[in-house]
Amino acid sequence: MSLKSFPKPSELTVPAGAEGWEKIYPYYLVFQDKLKEQEDAKFWFCDSQHWPTVFKPFETIGGEFAVKCLGQYNARHLMIPNANGIEFRIHLGYLYMSPIPVPEDQIAARVPLFEQRVGHYFQNWEQLLKQWHVKVKGTIEEMETISFPKLPDVVPMEDILSGKGKDGSEKLLESYDRLIQLAYQNWQYHFEFLNLGYIAYLDFFNFCKQVFPNIPDQSIATMVQGVDMELFRPDDELKQLAKLAVELGLQAHFGNTDDVDATLAAIAAAPGGDRWAAQYENAKDPWFNFTVGNGFYGHDKYWNEHQEIPLGYIADYIRRVDDGQEIMRPIEALIIERDRIIEEYRDLLEGEHQTLFDAKRGLAATAYPYVENHNFYIEHWTMGVFWRKIRELGRMMQAEGFWTEPDDLLYLGRNEVRDALFDLVTGWGVGAKPIGPDYWPEEIERRRGIVDALKTARPAPALNTPPEIITEPFTRMLWGITTEQVQQWLGAGEAVEGGGLRGMAASPGVVEGLARVVTDADQLSEVQQGEILVATVTAPSWGPIFGKIKATVTDIGGMMSHAAIVCREYGLPAVTGTGSASTTIKTGQRLRVDGTKGTVQILDEEPELQVAGPGAHSHSHV
Amino acid sequence: MQSNEYIQFFDGGIEPKLENLGGKGASLVTMTSAGMPVPPGFVVTTAQFDAFMEEAGITRHIHQLLADLDPEDMGQVDKVSAAIREDICSRAVPQALRELTVGAYEALMSRFDAPVPVAVRSSATAEDLPDASFAGQQDTYLWLDGVKAVTEHIRQCWASLFTSRAIIYRLKNNIPNEGLSMAVVVQKMVNARVSGVAITMDPTNGDRSKITIDSSYGVGEMVVSGQVTPDNIMLDKVTLTVISEHLGDKHAELVPVAGIRGLVEREVDAERRGRRSLTDAELTAVAQMAKRAEKHYKCPQDIEWALDTDLPDGENLLLLQSRPETVHSSKPSVPSSAATGGYFSGLSPAPAGPAPGSPTTAAGPAPSSASGFSLGSITAALLKPSF
Repeated sequence: MSLKSFPKPSELTVPAGAEGWEKIYPYYLVFQDKLKEQEDAKFWFCDSQHWPTVFKPFETIGGEFAVKCLGQYNARHLMIPNANGIEFRIHLGYLYMSPIPVPEDQIAARVPLFEQRVGHYFQNWEQLLKQWHVKVKGTIEEMETISFPKLPDVVPMEDILSGKGKDGSEKLLESYDRLIQLAYQNWQYHFEFLNLGYIAYLDFFNFCKQVFPNIPDQSIATMVQGVDMELFRPDDELKQLAKLAVELGLQAHFGNTDDVDATLAAIAAAPGGDRWAAQYENAKDPWFNFTVGNGFYGHDKYWNEHQEIPLGYIADYIRRVDDGQEIMRPIEALIIERDRIIEEYRDLLEGEHQTLFDAKRGLAATAYPYVENHNFYIEHWTMGVFWRKIRELGRMMQAEGFWTEPDDLLYLGRNEVRDALFDLVTGWGVGAKPIGPDYWPEEIERRRGIVDALKTARPAPALNTPPEIITEPFTRMLWGITTEQVQQWLGAGEAVEGGGLRGMAASPGVVEGLARVVTDADQLSEVQQGEILVATVTAPSWGPIFGKIKATVTDIGGMMSHAAIVCREYGLPAVTGTGSASTTIKTGQRLRVDGTKGTVQILDEEPELQVAGPGAHSHSHV
Repeated sequence: MQSNEYIQFFDGGIEPKLENLGGKGASLVTMTSAGMPVPPGFVVTTAQFDAFMEEAGITRHIHQLLADLDPEDMGQVDKVSAAIREDICSRAVPQALRELTVGAYEALMSRFDAPVPVAVRSSATAEDLPDASFAGQQDTYLWLDGVKAVTEHIRQCWASLFTSRAIIYRLKNNIPNEGLSMAVVVQKMVNARVSGVAITMDPTNGDRSKITIDSSYGVGEMVVSGQVTPDNIMLDKVTLTVISEHLGDKHAELVPVAGIRGLVEREVDAERRGRRSLTDAELTAVAQMAKRAEKHYKCPQDIEWALDTDLPDGENLLLLQSRPETVHSSKPSVPSSAATGGYFSGLSPAPAGPAPGSPTTAAGPAPSSASGFSLGSITAALLKPSF
């Protein structure tokens, strides 16, 4: 086993212009001088799967809430016998994680607690999950009621008459606090079932690995994965709308979908357009609460606020339907193939083993779909509403002179925003100018410079010395951090024949084609029919381009990453977790992607031809 | 040319009957129609033998010769055997039957760019002969070129019903000579470009979800006898995903050489040694054929296969033999540690759970007293009707 190490945090170069970056984040999120020895002794891997780009200070909220809440379910709710949560730090703008094991001598004592708690959930799954939907939707509904109006010049007369005795600023502060609390609440709910979904999956996974040593991970995933998932629903809605548009002969009105109002108005005025418009409105709520990002960044665009995005996709689907292409996923064929796989493995077992197989697979198939479906409710819907409200607050504060652009709010930490609000209400209350307008614009510019400088460097895949064997189940499964992967990052892995990249064999099949490197959702419109998508990481709302591409290669992600799930769904080869595909591969290079072996070969160094250009893509916005 | 009463092609689509085709012939037809393509060929049916004997009118005379034989009198048995066989081999086959056989041979040859050598082998019906291996050794004629050699050896196969050993066997086991008949198989000699074996399990642990393939260049003898190190590939049986592969050295190959009626050994060049002897598509085809054999025979199989140079891609994979895998088949189909099924087993630094291989049961809750923690009890709970 190689004894190579990743760099220590202190050994990484601070990009020029990013000096003092530590101070733009809360003290508890950065490595501490006083804890250097302890922190350097731990292995930290970078979660660039969820946080591929540098955090602006406000955006740490997603990382903090998500990873904290993941941990609480391991460590405090479910009492996972051998795994506590995951410690996390931000270093040079990126998030690094270190799983916390349970001391050997405490594992046994947690077992009965674990069995009791997990048993309760698994035995009452449907009822508890139904309740979960009510809770989560309740949170979102309450979030929707929050608003951040400008404070009035005078307290309204009716408040005088009613003897209210408050100036309304308390409402502003409460609204902000409540918004943060509601986000926190749904992030707690997010993990109420997620860890259970993984537990059921891993239980079946490990059983399969025992009865069928070396069974491909893909086979196991296929046996429990839902075929028709809520995660695909927004994309399916667009496809249905495209088919209806073709059926009603509305194609001509999709010529310039960038002009949303004109497009919708023309459709509404056309014969049959009212029927289409009704279906469109129906689809919007809730399925357009869908982001082109992953819900963790303030700059993520959501379909309902940028309807040119879904309209562009519909226009693209319409063209494909008119070209005689089948745009719907081959659901029936996928179900038949999944059932064949289940049946064939099952038939290899006898007696008790077959009974166990059925029970464990049944449990995993019940619990696992949550792992895929929750994403819509939290990352897309909840966070969509959250960021919309934050933007509203940003605009209000901008109008009060605190900063120059609405999104400048993101350069403040969430507790600094609370301070700025109190600054605002104090100035307003006493009839003076708040301090913020003289303090924040300059500070925001300074921080913007730091964030931009941090963005010039990619994160290290990991920090410090890795353990000899990586066993922590969630780490392996969610992030694809396996012993082999770590060795690969360290350059000690098995070389790929003919040079190339190795990653996880996430969806089977072999294809050759031209690479299209996408590092930002805004580049998605450049993707051409038949190309191979190469990305840092993919997001669920990229769904519509999966019908166009031949294969996917990502830097980050395991068997259960989004790219892996969607590619299996679309029957496309995928290699995930290569570490460096998006930086190694150039757009236009010819690739051979082997999703069965998990390898990517660059067949020619020079890009074959110019693949971008005017008119080359079907819609200009994503 | 179509199959008929006297000639039945392996792929002729007629239901195989043991009494018409003999054991070997029937099995070749069955395998072909079950998607397990054997080297192509046809069976000269028992009806043709019967018609030949009828026309020759020697059946009664043969029965008389055999009637009074003493099985212990080896000299006399040998004498009678030689006389009968000489008689059979010297008689002309009726013209109509001969034309059918010649036509079948020509139809077989027409499948290839140039005439190819064939094997001619006897195919006895049931208990007429001592055992298949004995009979097979005696009555298999390899590397035959041309129709004359073929028809000659068909008669020799017929005559083999009356070898000394066959005669004695029937005498000692009270098997009557009445109704004796014999089918004969005419089959293309395998011209193997690549060949090997496939086992429909992982022979190291009995895991039935795998297919293990050994593959090397040329005829498979060198693989079977261990004279070369073949490529070794393990696939998942359900999805046919490659689990592992090790390139063997494959330093030599046995290949047929025109004119010498046999095989020569030659060295394999470095380029061919350095790559896998099967392409991805060929590998999948071998695995699928092994799977079909297992399904057909309803138990794990150990097959021999070859890729034939004379046949076009897609039709060139041939099944040479399929027999039950005997090493593991009697054992449980699952590695014995599987029953615990705990997903945390092996995760703790020093698991105190059952050691791999130790017998365990999954019926009750898993032991929860130690760090060898298992989810077994959770799953057990799910077996209750309440869920």
